[in-house]
Amino acid sequence: MAKEYETVIGLEVHVELATKTKIFCGCSTEFGGAPNSHTCPVCTGMPGSLPVLNKKVVEYAAAVGLATNCTITQDCKFDRKNYFYPDNPQNYQISQLYLPICRDGHVDVKLEDGTQKAIRIHEIHMEEDAGKLIHDEWEGVSFVDFNRSGVPLIEIVSEPDMRSAEEVIAYLTKLRNTIQYLGASDCKLQEGSMRADVNLSVREKGSEEFGTRTETKNLNSFAAIERAIKAETARQIDIIEAGGKVVQETRRWNDDKEYSYAMRSKEDAQDYRYFPDPDLVPVHISDEWLEELKSKQPEFKDEKMKRYKEEFDLPDYDINMITDSKKLADIFEETTAICNKPKKVSNWLIAETMRILKEKEMDPEDITFSPENLARIINLADEGTINSNAAKQVFEAIFTEDIDVDKYVEEKGLKQVNDEGALKATVEKVISENPQSVADYKAGKEKAIGFLVGQTMKAMQGKANPGMVNSLLKELLNK
Amino acid sequence: MGLLEYTAVELAAKIKSGETTATEAMEAVIAQIEKSEDELNCYVTFDKEKALEAAKKADEGIKAGKLTGPLAGVPFAIKDNMCTEGMLTTCSSKILGNFVPTYTADAVERLTQAGAVIIGKTNMDEFAMGSTTETSAFGVTKNPRNIQHVPGGSSGGSAAAVAANECFAALGSDTGGSIRQPASYCGVVGMKPTYGTVSRYGLVAYGSSLDQIGPLCKDVTDCATIMEVIAGKDDKDSTSVKREDTSFTKALVDDVKGLKIGIPRDYFGEGLDPEVKEAVLAAAKVLESKGAIVEEFDLSLVEYAIPTYYTIAAAEASSNLERFDGVKYGYRTSDYEGLHNMYKKTRSEGFGPEVKRRIMLGSFVLSSGYYDAYYLKALRVKALIKKAFDEAFSKYDVILGPVAPTTAPKLGSSLSDPIKMYLGDIYTISVNLAGLPGMSVPCGKDKNGLPIGLQIIGDCFKENNVIRAAYSYEQARGKFE
Repeated sequence: MAKEYETVIGLEVHVELATKTKIFCGCSTEFGGAPNSHTCPVCTGMPGSLPVLNKKVVEYAAAVGLATNCTITQDCKFDRKNYFYPDNPQNYQISQLYLPICRDGHVDVKLEDGTQKAIRIHEIHMEEDAGKLIHDEWEGVSFVDFNRSGVPLIEIVSEPDMRSAEEVIAYLTKLRNTIQYLGASDCKLQEGSMRADVNLSVREKGSEEFGTRTETKNLNSFAAIERAIKAETARQIDIIEAGGKVVQETRRWNDDKEYSYAMRSKEDAQDYRYFPDPDLVPVHISDEWLEELKSKQPEFKDEKMKRYKEEFDLPDYDINMITDSKKLADIFEETTAICNKPKKVSNWLIAETMRILKEKEMDPEDITFSPENLARIINLADEGTINSNAAKQVFEAIFTEDIDVDKYVEEKGLKQVNDEGALKATVEKVISENPQSVADYKAGKEKAIGFLVGQTMKAMQGKANPGMVNSLLKELLNK
Repeated sequence: MGLLEYTAVELAAKIKSGETTATEAMEAVIAQIEKSEDELNCYVTFDKEKALEAAKKADEGIKAGKLTGPLAGVPFAIKDNMCTEGMLTTCSSKILGNFVPTYTADAVERLTQAGAVIIGKTNMDEFAMGSTTETSAFGVTKNPRNIQHVPGGSSGGSAAAVAANECFAALGSDTGGSIRQPASYCGVVGMKPTYGTVSRYGLVAYGSSLDQIGPLCKDVTDCATIMEVIAGKDDKDSTSVKREDTSFTKALVDDVKGLKIGIPRDYFGEGLDPEVKEAVLAAAKVLESKGAIVEEFDLSLVEYAIPTYYTIAAAEASSNLERFDGVKYGYRTSDYEGLHNMYKKTRSEGFGPEVKRRIMLGSFVLSSGYYDAYYLKALRVKALIKKAFDEAFSKYDVILGPVAPTTAPKLGSSLSDPIKMYLGDIYTISVNLAGLPGMSVPCGKDKNGLPIGLQIIGDCFKENNVIRAAYSYEQARGKFE
């Protein structure tokens, strides 16, 4: 009988924090810019320059720790990790080894079969990002751009608690959502503001001991992570089945070829000679500061979902969609507070908003329209002042520009015609101009009425009340 | 009396009163440099035109009433490990032989804001590693008191420049005695402030947790005045401290009545030159005769200071000096194959033997498997040494002892035996390990005419006790010839 295997996975997740300035200097963290335009003596490792810690980095890191049930190290320290590489201007990275800011946390994830699982977090530490090397293959030279050097990162190290790609994705989704709720990062895998390295080993089912693990890097999407986990699991099982031994090494995933290759083995592992950075004083997080950070924790997705169910009685699908983004949830809550029509607000968010976002390749975080404007559209449509087509037109307008909804409706002449006399005249005209459709309808082709409604709407530039048009048509045709 | 005979404070007063000008003072300094520099080699960088131009600018500022500080117009020398915008900063190393910073060290900035005029950059032991200024890549500096002898180190160029009147005062840096020991060997006053008093921003790091910038000058009044100018909290240095009490000139008081002075017996044992011992104890007697209470005591742990210091300083140095790799600035080997070969050749060719020795030592004590046994243990001993001083300062206002076991050794006699050279730091390095302020004041000469230094050590942030004791002693001693 073939042996059964179990995959054991732990993750190291790097998250770029959303601070305006770098971790140890005042340079901008803004993405892009001409090479080395966001640099100073500190982030280019000039002699005599010294790091000064950005307090906001500590606040974000601690906030993520609190949200993931970690213990906060109230006296934490920075250490130097020494290694030579040209993207690292000092040839040491300032990181945390001995006293990381957060330890011993966990994240609860829901799996597809409805069960819940706690993934433990070993630690979260703060560190600086490196610069970027640009190789000119043609000229055979390399350049270095230090714009990214010193951008603040946190590394979230999980325990080896995951057993499948599904659990990994569930954990990462939860982590990303939590961090986005905190505003600590936008967590975009494609752009590298969230990066996950997968530590994976396999063992015979039932075994207590861990197998030899590999670390896979360069995973730029959830889909890539899933593919890489499946491929690495299969690769390791194949080795073991063939009587071989898995080598402890770092591997690089190529998602186009769906294949990973070894970058370096344990034998090449460097001695980083970690020691406390003497240029930085220990970070003390006072009880007051910690309490303040706790009090600033937002209501997260799980709690929100529970509350929405009780408070608004929305379908689970709607609630899940809305709470996937704090921005959407905020807009939902604020709009509902104004118009008190939760289901209608939800419909606008999950249908029309999502459609436009997808079309424009935007994220919910990029939304600029105001809850006041959305509420006004909903109310105008509800009152019958505008019909649904007009409402969509107004919504597209508020999506791109902050306009006065009432003025816009007025100026564009979008008000719905509810005047029976005017409607009747048009309907009669449409009936007389479309004898074929009238004949079809009378012959029992109910669908023909749709064409007539359309013609009426067209004749009235879309402003007619479609319900009234429909009943007028029926009334006149059934005469 | 020639201009060069004035102290920095005296000169500034003469300039202020219109008796002389910054330009005249600079011209006098330049004349002296032109006379003695070929022999002494105090400077790595000296640009006559630039110096004169800066002096002229200072004169304009003084005339316009913009520069009114106590050092306005005074020509200063700066140790070559402090960054100066647009001026070569080499750390006396080949690896930084072409490095011109785009920024100025905070301490230098404060000096120039106060009106001081920079003459140039002084020679030093390469990256401040050494006790003789002989490890410089740009030649040795000779002791102006006797050119057969070293000026001490690592701030040997600064100390020699002050002693030779090639400047009126200078800045040095002190990681294990690098201000106090050359001051002692050259017969000038030198002070290392409490750790955190002067910003390290722009000081090329050697041992970051021990490095402090301080003055080398002609007397205690100059010392207190310069200290007052360069001290202050700097937001660019996380280890700099906000202090309330930096009015150091207030401590220039000729009165030690009731001042409690401790003399550690451990500082007067084996290895101490009898002439040095005699001179230091005689200085203690002088203070006692002026009303100070002098008492002997056992400091303890003195024998652990050297291994502790060389472990911590080398560890930090091994990491601090990693950035000198040929990639971004400084020296790069001309012929290499690939990145790692470039690193290897650049650093092999760019660093001198003493720097390499300390990088290797530091890399070793930090390497996995040895970290706990060496580096961590050294940090614990450092804490114990601090505790021993805390106990001493619960009883005494200042501690008094020698700066170095001997007077300046002969040129060429030290580098062949590095361990022996390291042992020469025994009285100075504890002060760095405990973060304390310490001053070297000339207190006599040996039979060869070489100066002897008296070391006065204070508790953290108690520079004023040190200055008061030093000033009172200086008043009793009279002019040091």
